[in-house]
Amino acid sequence: MVVEADVVVTKLLRYCLALGLIFPIYASAAVLPEERADNLYHAYSGGGVTIDGPSVLIRKNIGNNVSFSANYYVDMISGASIDVEATASEYTERRDQYSLGVDYLVDKTTINFGYTNSSESDYEAQTVGFGISQGFFGDLSTIDLRVSYGSDEVFRNDDEYFSDEAQHRRYGVSWNQILTQKLIAELSVETVTDEGYLNNPYRTVRFLDPTVSQGFSYQPENYPRTRNSDAAAIRLKYRLPYRASIKGEYRRYADSWGITADNVEFRYTHPLEEQDEWILEGKIRYYQQTSADFYSDLFPYSNATNFRARDKELSNYTTLALGVGVSYELPQRWSLLNRRNTINLYWDHILFDYEDFLDVTVHGDSTAITPGSEPAYSFSANVIRLFWTVRI
Amino acid sequence: MLRYLLPLLAVSLFSGCTVTPWVAPYERQYLADPIMGFERDPVAASYMNHVYEAREAARGAEGGSGGGCGCN
Amino acid sequence: MLRIVAVFALLVFSTGASASEPSKDFTLASNQGANLRLAEQRGEVIMLNFWASWCGPCRQEMPLLDQLHERYSAAGFQVWGVNVDAHRSDAEKLLGKIPVDFPILFDSTSEVSKMYGIDAMPSTVFIDRDGNVRHIHKGYRDGDEAAYKKIIKELIRE
Repeated sequence: MVVEADVVVTKLLRYCLALGLIFPIYASAAVLPEERADNLYHAYSGGGVTIDGPSVLIRKNIGNNVSFSANYYVDMISGASIDVEATASEYTERRDQYSLGVDYLVDKTTINFGYTNSSESDYEAQTVGFGISQGFFGDLSTIDLRVSYGSDEVFRNDDEYFSDEAQHRRYGVSWNQILTQKLIAELSVETVTDEGYLNNPYRTVRFLDPTVSQGFSYQPENYPRTRNSDAAAIRLKYRLPYRASIKGEYRRYADSWGITADNVEFRYTHPLEEQDEWILEGKIRYYQQTSADFYSDLFPYSNATNFRARDKELSNYTTLALGVGVSYELPQRWSLLNRRNTINLYWDHILFDYEDFLDVTVHGDSTAITPGSEPAYSFSANVIRLFWTVRI
Repeated sequence: MLRYLLPLLAVSLFSGCTVTPWVAPYERQYLADPIMGFERDPVAASYMNHVYEAREAARGAEGGSGGGCGCN
Repeated sequence: MLRIVAVFALLVFSTGASASEPSKDFTLASNQGANLRLAEQRGEVIMLNFWASWCGPCRQEMPLLDQLHERYSAAGFQVWGVNVDAHRSDAEKLLGKIPVDFPILFDSTSEVSKMYGIDAMPSTVFIDRDGNVRHIHKGYRDGDEAAYKKIIKELIRE
C-alpha cells in the first residue's frame, strides 16, 4: 500500500509540475503569504511535566514573487512524567529548532522549499521539504502537494557508545474547495513512512517477576524498525448568518503498528466589533485511539514478545480538549511604526484518559496491590499560547 | 487512499477549464473575512499540531495552507 | 499526456485580455448624487475599476487611482470605481477612511460585474474615447500603476 502510494504521489507530483509549467501563462494573480512577525510564548503543563519556550516566526516578501520565512522555536522540558517517576529521576532538557523557508509564486502556482533543524542533547533531526500549491477554477480550488524527508540521529545521554538513526518520509495532498459563498471545504491525505530506531531509548516495559517483592520488573522497550501510516481529514468552515464562523473537522488514522485513531473538532469564531478589534474563539476536540499490536501494560514474563512497548502514547486511550481564545487588535495610536499589532491568548485544557496504561505509582507507599490491578492512569494538561503579531 | 484520490483529481482538473466558477470573485465578501481561514495564525496552529503529535500516536493530514478567500 | 497538455495550452492561450470590442453600456447609482451612464461618456477615456471594501489589493490601489484621476482628468480621462459590495454602507464606511475624488458607482446586485465577466478582484477595464474596451487588467500588485499609466497615456493620445 505504501509503496504504491509512493508511486502515485511521485506521478501526481510530476503531473502537477507539468501543469505548473503551463499555468504561469494563465490569467490573474494569486498572492504571496501575508508578511508578518509572530512572537509566541507556549507552555504545556500536565502529568508532572512542563514544556515551555518561545517561537518566533518572521515572514518577509521580496518583490511580488518571493517570500522568505524563518522560525526559531524552543522547548524547555522540566519535571517528571509518570514513566520517569516510576523508573528514573527528574530531569530538565532543551530542544532548539530552526526552520527556513522560501516561497516562489508564479501566477497561480506557489512553490515552497523548507529546511528544519532540531537539536537536543540526545537527538539531532534535519528535514527538507518541497511543496507546490496551485489554484484552479477561477481560484475556487487550491491543491497543495507536499513531500518531505527527515533524517535523525539518536543518542543516549547515559551511554556514549549508543547511536542509531531514523528516516522519515511524508507525502501529503490537500485540496481546498470553495463550495458556496459561505462554505469552504478541505480534504487532506497524508502518508508517513518511518525507518530506523523509533523507540524512546530510555523507556521500559514492565513484566511479571515473582522474584521481586513488588511482583514486577522493567526491561527496555523494543519497537519495529519501520512504521507506515495513512491519515485522511476533512474540514469544513461555514460563515453563520451573522458575522461568526464555525469549523468542523474529522480525521481518520491507521498505521502498520495496528493503531487506528479518529478525532473530531468543532470551533466557533466570533468577532466582537466590525473592525476585528476583538475576536473570540471556542473549541472542543475529541480524540480516541486503539493500542499498538505490541503494546502491553504488563507482559507475562521477560522477553515475552519480540516487540514490546509500554509507551502510553501507544495504548488505548481518549483525549478531550476544550479551548478558548481571544485576539485583540491594538488601536492605531498604540501601534508601532503604523503596523497592525495583535495580541492573542489561547488556553486549552486537555483530559487524557488511559484504558490499559495503569498507574504504577500506587506501589510507592508499598500498598498490597497485585500487579495488573492498579487503577488506570489519567491526567489533565493546560496548554497556553500567548503571542503578539505584527503585520508588516 | 491516494490511489482513489488520483482519478478524482484528474477528472476535476480536466473538466476544470470548462467549469464556470460558481462563486464569482466579486461574491467573496464572506470568504475574504479573516474569520473564514482554517487557521488564522500559522505559528499558533503549528504549535498545537506539535502538541497533538507529541501526545497522540496519530500524525499527518493536518491541513494545507489555510483556506480563506483565494480571491485577492 | 501530451494531448492533455495541448488541450490545456489551447484553453490557456484563449483566455487572454480581449483586444478591442464595444463596451457594454450600463447605468448605476453613484456617490456623486446622480446616476451615471457609461454611453454618455463617449469622447472620454474611462478606467473602470471593480473593487470591494473587503479586498486588500483594492484598498491598496485606491489612493493611486485617485492620483491618476486627478492627474489626467484635464486630458479627458476619468476613473470610475465600480463597487461590488452587497451593502452600499460597507463601501461608504471604507470611503470614509480612504477618501477619493473619482466617482464611485454601486453595483450591489453584481449585474455590471457579471456583464463584464469579472474574474479577479480588483479588475480594471480601460475604455477608449470611442467606447471600446481596449485592455483588462486583473488583480493589483505593487508597481502595476506603471502599466496603468502607460495604457492611459496611449489612450488619451488617440
